[in-house]
Amino acid sequence: MEIIELKQNIFKENEVNADLIRKDLAARKKLLINVMSSPGSGKTTTLLRTLERLSPEFRLGILECDIDASVDAETMAAAGAKAIQLHTGGMCHMDAQMTRQGLDALGIDDVDIIFLENVGNLVCPAEFDTGAHDSITILSVPEGDNKPAKYPLVYEVSSVCLINKVDALSVFDFDMELAKERILHCNPNSLILPISAKCGTGFEPWITWIRERYNALGGAQ
Amino acid sequence: MHELGVTFYVIKDVKKIAEDNNVYKVDSVTLEIGQVSGVIHEQLQDCWKWAIKKEPIMDCAKLLIEEIPAVTFCENCKKTYATVPQGKICPHCGSDRTYLTQGNEFNIKEIEVLDQPHEVILSEE
Repeated sequence: MEIIELKQNIFKENEVNADLIRKDLAARKKLLINVMSSPGSGKTTTLLRTLERLSPEFRLGILECDIDASVDAETMAAAGAKAIQLHTGGMCHMDAQMTRQGLDALGIDDVDIIFLENVGNLVCPAEFDTGAHDSITILSVPEGDNKPAKYPLVYEVSSVCLINKVDALSVFDFDMELAKERILHCNPNSLILPISAKCGTGFEPWITWIRERYNALGGAQ
Repeated sequence: MHELGVTFYVIKDVKKIAEDNNVYKVDSVTLEIGQVSGVIHEQLQDCWKWAIKKEPIMDCAKLLIEEIPAVTFCENCKKTYATVPQGKICPHCGSDRTYLTQGNEFNIKEIEVLDQPHEVILSEE
């Protein structure tokens, strides 16, 4: 009987793979954004609106991740983006290896910006680095202003928090100032942008942020 | 919540180490799991029992778990406290400027391996 001591962090390999993806994409001037939220927060509608506004300027790709089903990828493809549906096969999150497979399957030579629509879940996706340059979270008004207090990690790792469904503010007890305070407590550098994907309002600063992130990518030229 | 995913990570890592070291069989794998890492030990054991059946090098391996207690540090009063009963608010001074110093680990600490049972093969008489 022999003991092999390791002290090896389980997430280390994933982090190494994620860094490789990030660097590789940046060198090819391709931006990858990981989008996280609860189910029903309006991820797909928000992405559709985003595609509409970005498509005159950029070639877009979408990795739609779900445990099963393929409705979302069909919707995205109809909106003019190059889209692929990834079935995680029961897994509650995407990791770097799965992202790599998705990017290879999508084929990214002819796209500039890729959105990874992560599995609708606020817990697990936050723990696994996908290799995206930025992660963002969508919080919708009906979910309540206490989400950042309950699931701090997802807000901590996100550069942007879109507060969606602001058209429904009058119907819900959602305290916008409190929500912002709670998000900033998780991540003081978070950019918080109220939007309504349904009405298409509030998208300008979000689109500007994406454009800036794309332009800031180190890479060819 | 993602016990199955981390089980696959552990198996992949252990398998590689076992192969690199010409291990005959893995007898046990010891993990260090932080108290607030969000992993449920019983579920991890269930995933483990299911997943190792596909891996001959560790198909009987036991999964041993050592828990690392969660400790939070307060930036305001510079004291530490046990995270689980208190949460984010410092019990000494009431500040919320606190952060976790340990308790979200997920490490493979060590693996125990079995030698090839050559004595069985040799004892012909």
